[in-house]
Amino acid sequence: MLGWELPPHNSGGLGVACLNIAEALANEGAKIDFLLPFNEDYSNINFMNILPVTNHIHFSQFVNDAYSSSKINPKNIPSHNDGYQIPIRNIQKKYCKYVINYLKNHRPDVVHAHDWLTFEAGIIAKEKFHIPLVAHVHATEFDRAGMHTGNPIIHEIEYKGLVAADRIIVVSNITKRVIHEKYHIPLEKIEVAYNSLDKNYNSTYILDNNTRHTLENLKKQGFTIVSTVGRFTLQKGMPNLMKAAALAISKNPKLIFIFAGDGEERNKLIEMSAELGISQNVIFTGFIRGQKLRDIYAATDIFVMSSISEPFGLTALEAAHHGDTLILTHQSGVSEIICSALKYNYWDIKKLAAEILAVSSNPVLKESLQKNLKKEHCNYTWTNLAKKCLKIYSQVVSD
Amino acid sequence: MQGICLYLHMHQPIRYREYSVFDIANNHNYFNSEYKSRESNEQIFKKVATKSYHPMLNLIEKNIKKYPNFKVSLSITGTWLEQAKKLDPTLITQIKRLVKSGRVEILGETYYHSLAFFFNRAEFNYQVQKHKEAIEKTFNVTPMVFRNTELAYNDKIAKWANTKKYKGILAEGWDKILKGNSPNYVYKPVGCAKTRLLLKNYRLSDDIAFRFSDQSWREWPLTADKYLKWLQKSCKKGNLINLFMDFETFGEHQWKETGIFDFINSVISQWLSEPTRTFLTASEACDFMKPVSEISMPSTVTWADSERDLSAWLANSMQKSATKYLYSLRNKVLKTKDQNLIRDWRLLTTSDHPYSMCTKYWNDGNVHAYFSAYESPYESFIYFMNILRDIEFRIKK
Repeated sequence: MLGWELPPHNSGGLGVACLNIAEALANEGAKIDFLLPFNEDYSNINFMNILPVTNHIHFSQFVNDAYSSSKINPKNIPSHNDGYQIPIRNIQKKYCKYVINYLKNHRPDVVHAHDWLTFEAGIIAKEKFHIPLVAHVHATEFDRAGMHTGNPIIHEIEYKGLVAADRIIVVSNITKRVIHEKYHIPLEKIEVAYNSLDKNYNSTYILDNNTRHTLENLKKQGFTIVSTVGRFTLQKGMPNLMKAAALAISKNPKLIFIFAGDGEERNKLIEMSAELGISQNVIFTGFIRGQKLRDIYAATDIFVMSSISEPFGLTALEAAHHGDTLILTHQSGVSEIICSALKYNYWDIKKLAAEILAVSSNPVLKESLQKNLKKEHCNYTWTNLAKKCLKIYSQVVSD
Repeated sequence: MQGICLYLHMHQPIRYREYSVFDIANNHNYFNSEYKSRESNEQIFKKVATKSYHPMLNLIEKNIKKYPNFKVSLSITGTWLEQAKKLDPTLITQIKRLVKSGRVEILGETYYHSLAFFFNRAEFNYQVQKHKEAIEKTFNVTPMVFRNTELAYNDKIAKWANTKKYKGILAEGWDKILKGNSPNYVYKPVGCAKTRLLLKNYRLSDDIAFRFSDQSWREWPLTADKYLKWLQKSCKKGNLINLFMDFETFGEHQWKETGIFDFINSVISQWLSEPTRTFLTASEACDFMKPVSEISMPSTVTWADSERDLSAWLANSMQKSATKYLYSLRNKVLKTKDQNLIRDWRLLTTSDHPYSMCTKYWNDGNVHAYFSAYESPYESFIYFMNILRDIEFRIKK
């Protein structure tokens, strides 16, 4: 399996998904060598072999979101070991070289590559060593670029990988459509396999005192907490949420909007909240993870996913796990599998505002959504995903 | 003599549009949405008229002309009549012709296709009266047999019908009522001297209404020959077969391509090929057949779902609170004497509205099998509640 990150050394959902997929596959009997571009301590993982391709430590500690923005290529990544900056392309080249050496001594049944980051290595396995290639797409460059054209180098690698792959696994029908329409890959080659909540996601824990006091005080005063979690980047559609917030607050001033995350749109969003005159209702938390993130979910009444393009959207499942009411864009993959949520098109600011107002003013609606969501948010499991992968493996091996 | 009582229900609600919180106190148009939107009443009515109303009425008229013993009973809601008058008046002209032939009977019901019986008796009486007047004015006949919305039936409704001197009342021939008895007889509701009870033969009715085109059904494809054999077999337990279903079964629920029109045509002609067999209107069934025994049904039975109760309309908390809110406004609305406001409020009593808030099948993830004018039960609830808030605003004005 060719991956780019694993938790806790991850910058987003990709690492979480890879870990859960690999573990579920191992539980189904698969033997996995997992290639990683960096060298960190994973002695706690014993269901697969983790092979570090370089001796660097994980790079997202230096650059938040190092490889999921369209501006990757010119961006350099500082290396802990060398004391100077290593472009991501250099790491990918090392990754490919490692794969070549590896395959000279090993003969896996299948190579399973996650996202464009590892596709070049996957292509080598397929073309030079004739090993069946399964390409797993968690996000395309079109998603990262908010459905515009992104970085041409990434597009090229993505396209080549998808063409070379024997089968493609995607995280939603939205992604399936994007790959078909933008890269002209035949639909028969693409299989949808929905993600699930992180297996290690902690279900019982206590709120952090500081957060609890602030937020619960607000709730006592009758405020409804609306939150969103994600990178502040074009793809996530945060400015639309800010506009909707202003519209909703004009009807119901007892609304607090929490923007949890960071990214290139942060300053723009702060300015917007000031210009719209709603600064006192908007909280920016900065980049948060772990306990603090869970505090936000737990204190939240309404979780909004405002993405312009979201291949899946794991944060919605996390929020659902904490009993939040969900408002999702139709452009998010997760909205394909969740019925008990309110939905809107990402450009429809008025509808988003109306939905926020409806939930905040109507306890019956909120309770109905919560109750029904609880019943359904665990329908898709990693085990089922792993079974699907194994089926695909045996198909590509026998083809 | 063996008879079939074929009863078809004609109804279209007047659906509310995506009424936003930003419309409250600004815009009192609740029901007219853009033609292209999924909740457009005009678009839906015209579609169903083409697919079902026209071809099926033609089929009925053709058979009325051909066979002196072919008869049909129809129930036509006020909201259907209003839309037909506006959007496709030839439908009304054709039904007038059919009624004039004396072989098509129109049944009584609530004008707005509401469940008012369970919430406000005065409102219920008003709506039944309004419907009666509309039928008399349009078709020159007075309904003699009553069917409550969704065939919702219990002993109290039967008693009400008896006081109002209806010849008969329709209900689902559900096993819990029949307790092993056959639906193929006329019954007497408990404590009713005059009114008779006609019970739907739900197996034979649903074979057509629900299962006809179901390819996973082991009896598929259903031919007229096979169905005739079932009818004959069923006649061993009583000589009246009540086939009750939506008019839209023909052409809309079961598309033309399934062969439904040819099927029903053949069933009619084959059934009437024997002189001992006939069709009966609901009134004739009540007049000619002697009741075999008395039936009591204290709790409410409907013709919907496997539960055969009101749970599709009134089970979840959204449906309950929306309906409670709606009926709590009645007296205030009537006091305003504002006819537009009163009409708007009454249009909201249509049972299709709480039905669109039903979440029973929503959680199965089976979204595609679910037909609704709204994106989800939650959206429907939001729009409905927004409209009620606007109605409150108009009351205070």
